[in-house]
Amino acid sequence: MPAQPGDQGSQSGSSGSGHKTDSAPMNTSDDALALARSRARTGFDRKVINFAGWVLRWRWPVLIFCILFAVAAASGARHLSFTSDYRVFFGDDNPQLLTYEALQKTYTKDDNVSFVLKPDDGQVFSPTFLTALRDLTDASWQVPYSTRVDSITNFQHSFADGDDLTVQDLVGKNLELNPAEIANIRAVALDEPLLLHRVISSDAQTTSVNVTITLPQKSEHETAEVMSFVRDMAEKFRAENPNVTLVMTGVVPLNNAFSESSIRDIKTLIPYMCGILLLVMFALLRSLNGTITALVLIGLSALTALGFAGYMGIKLTPPSAVAPTVILTIAIADSIHLLVTMFREMRKGASKYAAIVESLRVNFGPVFLTSLTTVMGFLSLNFSDAPPFHDLGNISSIGVAAAWLYSILLLPAMIAVLPVRIKAGQGGSEKAAGMDMLAEFVISKRRPVLILMTLIVVGLGAMIPQIELNDQFVRYFDESLEFRSDTDFATEHLSGVYQVNWSLPAAESGGISDPEYLAKAEAFSNWLKGQNGVAHVQTLTDTFKRLNMNMHGDEPEWYRLPELRDLAAQYLLLFELSLPYGLDLNNQINVDKSAMRVIVTTDDISTNQLRTLERGATAWFDANFPAGKTEASSPFVMFAYISQRNIVGMLTGTVTAFILISLSLMFALRNFRLGVVSLVPNLVPIIMAFGIWSIFVGEVGLASSVVTATSLGIIVDATVHFLSKYQRGRRDRNEDAAGAVRYAFSTVGTALWVTSAILIAGFAVLSFSTFRINEDMGMLTAIAIAVALIADFLLLPTLLLTVDKGRKHSGEASIGTSQLATKPAE
Amino acid sequence: MNSFQSQHSPRRSGVTAIMLAALSVTAAFGAGSALAETPEEKGLAIAVEADKRDLGWVDSESELKMILTNRNGETSTRELRIKSLEVEDPTVGDKSLTIFDRPRDIEGTAFLSHTKITEPDDQWLYLPALKRVKRISSANKSGPFVGSEFAYEDLISQEVAKYTYKWLRDEACGDLQCFVVERFPVYENSGYTKQVVWIDQQEYRPMKTDFYDRKDSLLKTLVNTDYNQYLDQYWRAHTLQMDNHQTGKSTTLTFDGYKFRIGSSEGDFTSNRLKRAR
Repeated sequence: MPAQPGDQGSQSGSSGSGHKTDSAPMNTSDDALALARSRARTGFDRKVINFAGWVLRWRWPVLIFCILFAVAAASGARHLSFTSDYRVFFGDDNPQLLTYEALQKTYTKDDNVSFVLKPDDGQVFSPTFLTALRDLTDASWQVPYSTRVDSITNFQHSFADGDDLTVQDLVGKNLELNPAEIANIRAVALDEPLLLHRVISSDAQTTSVNVTITLPQKSEHETAEVMSFVRDMAEKFRAENPNVTLVMTGVVPLNNAFSESSIRDIKTLIPYMCGILLLVMFALLRSLNGTITALVLIGLSALTALGFAGYMGIKLTPPSAVAPTVILTIAIADSIHLLVTMFREMRKGASKYAAIVESLRVNFGPVFLTSLTTVMGFLSLNFSDAPPFHDLGNISSIGVAAAWLYSILLLPAMIAVLPVRIKAGQGGSEKAAGMDMLAEFVISKRRPVLILMTLIVVGLGAMIPQIELNDQFVRYFDESLEFRSDTDFATEHLSGVYQVNWSLPAAESGGISDPEYLAKAEAFSNWLKGQNGVAHVQTLTDTFKRLNMNMHGDEPEWYRLPELRDLAAQYLLLFELSLPYGLDLNNQINVDKSAMRVIVTTDDISTNQLRTLERGATAWFDANFPAGKTEASSPFVMFAYISQRNIVGMLTGTVTAFILISLSLMFALRNFRLGVVSLVPNLVPIIMAFGIWSIFVGEVGLASSVVTATSLGIIVDATVHFLSKYQRGRRDRNEDAAGAVRYAFSTVGTALWVTSAILIAGFAVLSFSTFRINEDMGMLTAIAIAVALIADFLLLPTLLLTVDKGRKHSGEASIGTSQLATKPAE
Repeated sequence: MNSFQSQHSPRRSGVTAIMLAALSVTAAFGAGSALAETPEEKGLAIAVEADKRDLGWVDSESELKMILTNRNGETSTRELRIKSLEVEDPTVGDKSLTIFDRPRDIEGTAFLSHTKITEPDDQWLYLPALKRVKRISSANKSGPFVGSEFAYEDLISQEVAKYTYKWLRDEACGDLQCFVVERFPVYENSGYTKQVVWIDQQEYRPMKTDFYDRKDSLLKTLVNTDYNQYLDQYWRAHTLQMDNHQTGKSTTLTFDGYKFRIGSSEGDFTSNRLKRAR
C-alpha cells in the first residue's frame, strides 16, 4: 500500500536554518542529523534518525549491497517459465478436477486440436474439398502425441450387403469421388447422429478434423511442440487451399493461449505502466535524477520479486504474469512519497542530507504500515483455491516487501550519491483551496451527505446479488488472441467447444449391453437433446442402433436398440473387431464394459446455464435412473464452479486479512474507537465497487474472488492517513470534530487525491490485459480505489462528525507512543 | 494361428525361397558370423531362420485368458480359445479360429480369420444370439482386438514376407543374448511404421517387441515370457504382456493347455463350419 506523497506537511518549517544544499557530505550529514535530532520528540523518531544517519554514512556500501542483492535475487528469473495448461487453475484437491481426472483415466484423455474448415463456396461435399480434407486427416496422424484423428473422411461407415458387414472409411483412400459417391457421402454424413452438429454443420458448409492428443506430460514444451506442428500444417493447408477458411481450436490451443496471453501481457502492460509512471513522476517530482532513482527502485522491486518467483519454481500464468505491473504500481507510491517530501524540504532550503533524514523520519512509519497491510492483503490470496492466485499474491508480496526495503535503503543512498538540484525557496505550501471547500461542504451538509452516502452504499450493495458468475474460459481471452477469434469462428459456424461428460455406470461387468441400461442411456440422451444449449449428444446407443440395422440387411425399421443383452454384446464385439487403429471405442466405454460415456457439446452457454443443465441432469437421474446417477465432468464443469469455490476459499482469506489489517490499524492509531470507525470506509468501497460492477457490467468470473482481499490492503491506506490527521487535529491541536476534519482535509486531501489517481491509473492499465480475469481484477480494483477516495472524503468525515460529536477531548494520554502512523502527519 | 507367439509358419514365396537358399549357410553359422552382409540381409536371415525353426507344427489349440487394465488400474477379463492351422500356400497366412467363452454375453461367439500378407484378411464372425454368420469386410488389421492393447495384426502369424527387415545390433536381453531387428510392415493399412524385435540367439524366439505408430513414436511394448517347448521343437510363450505407452493401458495374455497336431482339417476353418465351432 502506497504511502501518501506530501501528507506530512507543515511543522518542519525550519527552512531558515541556513543549510546549503551542496556542503561537504560529512558536515552536511552531521548537521542534518543534529537538526533532525533536535526535532525528534519520540524514541521512534530518534531510532529512525539514527538509521537515516547510518544509511547516509554507509551510502556506497548500502547502494552496492542493494544492487548486488537485487541482481542475485533477479538471477532467479532464469528459472521462470510460462504454464500452458488450464489445469493450473485448479488445486490438487479440487473435486471437479478429481472427477474429471478419474473420467480421463477410465476412458481416454481428450485433449485435442480441432481444425475447423469452411470452404468459401460453402461446398464441403465437393471432390476438391473432400480430397483436401482426406489428406489433412491423414496428415493429422503425424501431429506429435496424436492418438486419434476423426473427420468425416475416416468416419467408420458400416453397412450391410446380404450377410456381409462392411466397415470402412466414409471417404476411402482410393475412392473415386464421382457425383454418385459424393451424393452418398453427403447423405450418410448428414444423417449420422455422431457427425451432424459436431463434425459437420447442418448447412453442410463447415466441418472439422479432430485430433486427440495424449500429452505424456514429461516436458514443458509438449504443448508448444504440438502447436508449432499444427500451425505449420494449417499454413501449408491454407497455401494449398486458398479458398478454404481454416481455424484451430481445442484444449491444446486453449492451453497454449494461456502462455501466449501471459507473454503478451508482459510485453504490453509493463511498457504501458512504465510510460504512465514516467509521466506521473516527472510531473510530480520535476527532477531527472529523482525520476531515475524511483524507476531503478521500482524496477529492482519487480525484478527481485520475479527472481524469487523463479527460485520458488513458480510457473507464470496470466494472473501471476501481471504481478510485475501490480508491483510497479504499488512500489511507485513509496518512492513518490519519500521523494516528494525530500524535494519539498529542499525547496524550503534544507540541504539534501537534511531533506533525506527528514523525509525518512516522517515517512518511515507510514511506508512500513502501508507496505505491511498491502502484503497482508496479497498474502491472503493463498487461501484461494486457484494456485495462480497464490503465485500472484506471493510474487506481489515479495515485490512490495522489496519495494519497502529499497525505499528505506537504496533510495536515500542513491539520492545521497546522485546530484540533485532543487532551487530553494519556491513552493512548499501549495494550498488546496478545493480541499478546504470540500471540508466546509461536508461539515455544513453533514446529515444529507451521510444519508445520501448511506443510501448509495445500501443501494449499490443491493445490486450485488444480481451479478452473474460466469467463467466461459474461451472468453477469458480477448479477441486479439488467435485462440479466441478461431474459437468464435468455430462456435459460429460449426459448434461450441464446451463439452460435458457423464459416465453412466451399469450394474455389472459387461452391463452396458443390458437392454434396460441401454434404454435408460438413450432416454438420458434424448432428455439432453431437449435441453436448452445442448448442440450435440454422443452416446454409444446410436452405434448400437446402427449395427442392429446393419445386421438386419440395413432395414430402417431395425434402427433401434437390440432387445437382448447377448445380441448387444456380440454386436459390440463385431464392431470392435472391424475398427482401425486409433478409432477404438475406448473413448466411449470403459475396459470392463460396465460404464459408457455420454458426451454433450453445448452451444455458447454461460457457466450459469451449464450449472442449470447439470442440476437438471441430476434431477433426471434421481427420477428416472437412480442407479446410474453420476456427476458431470469436463474442463467446462471445472470452470463452472471455479468462481464459487474460490469465493468460498477466499472468504476465510479475506476475513483473516481484514482482521489483521484492522488490528494493525488500531495498533498504529492506538485508538480502538477510531479503529472501529475505520472499518466503514474500508469495507464500503468494496461493496460499492461490486454494486457499480453489477449495474454496468453484470457478470464477473474468477477475478471477483480475489479483488476484495487485494484491494482492501490498498484502500485501507487512505483511511489511515485521513484518520491520523484527524486524530492529530483532535489531540495535538485540541480541535473539535469539525476543526479536525478541516485540518485533515487541508493537510492530506491533495495527497490522497494524487496517490489514488496513480493507483487507479496503474490498475486501469490491467484492463489492457489480453486475459479477462486480469481486466476484471484491474477494473474492479481501480473502481474500489476510486470509491474509497469518495468514501474517505464524504463518508468518513460525516461519520466522524456524527460519532465524535460532543466529545471535545477524546485524546488519549498516549501522545508520546502513538507514532507509527501518526508521525507522518505532523 | 499360433500367432500369439509371433512364430513363423512355413513360407515358400519366391523371394523367401531364394533367400532361404542363399542364406542357409549364413544361418547355419549363426547370423552373427562375419560374412559381408548388409544389415538388411542379416535382418532377413534372422527372420528366415526363426521361421524355419517353427515349421511343421501342423495345427494347435490353446486356451487363453486376457486381462485388460486401464490407467486407473481397473481390470476386465476375457477368456477364449484359439485354434490355428498351418497353411502350406506361401502367399497367404495361417488360418485361425477364436471362440469366446467369457464374458457370458459373448459365449459361443466364434471368429474365423484367414490371414493375408498384403491384403485385407478374410474374416467371419458367428453371432450365437443372431444365429448367423457374418462376413466382415474391413481393411483394418491394427484395431484393438476385443478392446485390448493387442491389435489383430499383432496376434496373427508373423510371416516373413509381411515385413522388410534390418538388423540393428546384438545385445543382452535378460540372461540371453539377442538380435535386435527392425521390421517394416508391407501392408499399407498397417497402423505401424515399424517394430523393433529382440530375438534370442539360441532359440530364435521373440522376447520383446516395440511397436511404433504412424508418426514413428513408440506406441507399445510386448514382452513374451514363460516359454515352454512343445514336440521337442516349438517354443511358445505363455505370458504376453502388452503395455501401451501413450494411453497407460495394458493387456496381459496367459496361455494354457497347448495342444499340437490334434487333427484339424481345412474344413474346420471354413465359414460354413463356424456355426458349429466349439
